[in-house]
Amino acid sequence: MTTFYRRLSEFEYLSPAGLSELWEMMRGTNGTGYRVFAGGTDVIPNMKRRKGEVPKTLIDLKKIQELDYIRYDSGVGLAIGALASVHSVARSCLIWEHYPALATAAGKIGALQIQHRATVAGNICNAAPSADTAPALLALDASVRCASEAGERTIPLKDFFTGPLQNTLARGEIVTAILVPESTAGPGSCYIKLSPRQSLDLAVVGVAASLAALDGRCEEVRIGLGAVAPTPMRALTAEATLRGAQLSQENIERAARAAAEECSPRDSIRGSAAYRRAMVGVLTARAIRQAQTALTSGETSQTSGDCR
Amino acid sequence: MKQIEVTVNGKLEKIEVRPSETLLEVIRERLHLTGAKEGCGVGECGACTVIMDGLTVNSCLILAVEADGKSVVTVEGVGSREKLNPVQEAFVEHGGMQCGFCTPGMIVSGTYLLEKNPRPTEDQIREGIAGNFCRCTGYTNIIESIEAAAGKMSEGGES
Repeated sequence: MTTFYRRLSEFEYLSPAGLSELWEMMRGTNGTGYRVFAGGTDVIPNMKRRKGEVPKTLIDLKKIQELDYIRYDSGVGLAIGALASVHSVARSCLIWEHYPALATAAGKIGALQIQHRATVAGNICNAAPSADTAPALLALDASVRCASEAGERTIPLKDFFTGPLQNTLARGEIVTAILVPESTAGPGSCYIKLSPRQSLDLAVVGVAASLAALDGRCEEVRIGLGAVAPTPMRALTAEATLRGAQLSQENIERAARAAAEECSPRDSIRGSAAYRRAMVGVLTARAIRQAQTALTSGETSQTSGDCR
Repeated sequence: MKQIEVTVNGKLEKIEVRPSETLLEVIRERLHLTGAKEGCGVGECGACTVIMDGLTVNSCLILAVEADGKSVVTVEGVGSREKLNPVQEAFVEHGGMQCGFCTPGMIVSGTYLLEKNPRPTEDQIREGIAGNFCRCTGYTNIIESIEAAAGKMSEGGES
C-alpha cells in the first residue's frame, strides 16, 4: 500500500523557453535532484505518492515551442515532437490514415482529461510495461530521438526500455521526438487493448501488429506486446514464424502461439500470468487478421470518430 | 512564490502561488470556487475537471504556475445563478445526481462534450464522461440528463 499525500512537497519550478536555456538550467541544478516533465500526468501523481526520489526542482518543457509538432513527410515518415499531446495524436487524420495502430493506442490512454495533457513522448519515457503507445510504436518500428547538451542520438524504441518504469536516458538527456519510419505507413497496423474498463484502465494485455503482404503472403510483420514482460516487447519469434509464409489460419495461429510462448507475464492484481499468456495468443492472432483485413480493403477497421 | 495571471470564468486573477500549489487548490482555497472537488487527487476520478484553454483537464494534476496566462472555466462559469446552462438544467430535471460530489465534474465534461458534438450517441456520451467517476453509480440518470440537454439544445437552436 503506497502512502498518499494530498499536497505536493515543496520544489523549485523552472520553465525554459528553448533547449539552450534548458541545458543551462540543468547545469544550474548542480546535479541536485531535478525532474523534467511535459504533461505531468505521471510525474505529478508520482510526486503526490512520494514515489521515488522527490525532485528538488521541476523543469517544465511546455514553453519549448520547437518541441510542439506532429510532422509527416511521405518518403521519410512521422515525427512526433516531445510536446505533442496524446489527444492531438489520437485525433490526427494523418496518423489515422498512415499509422492506425498508434492513433488507436493514443485514444485508449486514460480518459479525455488525461489525453488533453499527456504526451506520447511522456508515455514512452515513463516506460510502464503496460504503456498503450509502446506496443503500437514497437510494431511500427519507431525510434526515439534523444538530446542533451552534448548532442543528439537516435535509439530504436526496442532498445529504449530497460526495465519496469526504466529507460536508457542518461542524466541530462531528454526525448525530443518519437520517429516512425515511412516503411510501416499504411492501413495494415492495429492495436488491441484488453482491459475490464474501456477507459481509465491499464492494459491487462496490449497487442499491436503491423503487416505488409503480397498475394496473401506475409512480406513483413512486426508484433508489439504490452503488460506481459518487464518492458513492452517485440514478439520476434512470432514474427520470424510468419515472415515469408502464407497468411493462412494455420500460420497465423502458429505465430500467435509463438508470441504466447516468448512473452514473460507475471501474476498481478489485473490478471494471472497464465491468463495473460493465453490472451497474448488470442489477441496476436486477432491483431494479425485485423491488420490483414485492413490491408486488403485499404481501410482501417478502427475509426477515429472526429479526426482533424 | 511566483505571480501568475489566470482568467477564471472570464475574470482576470493575479495571484501569488507556491510552485507546489495545484490549480485545484488555487481555485478552491484562494478563489473560493468550491465546485471542483478533490476526489482521488491523482487524475483518475475527474471530480476536479475544469476547462483550460478549451480542453477539459484534471485540475488536481496541474500546477498553478502552469496555468499562468491561461483561461479556465469551472462549473461556476458554465452557466449563471440566474440562468443555468442546458446541461445543468437537464441534471436538475432528470435527477442526474445523487450525493453530488461528482456532479461539477460531470457537468463540465458534459458541457465540453456537447460543445464538440451537439448530437452524441449514448456510446459517445459514455466515452465523454469516462474520465468522471460517480461512486453512487448513478450513471444512467447522468447519461439521460446529457441526452436530454443535447435534445433541448438542438430543439431550441441554442449552441
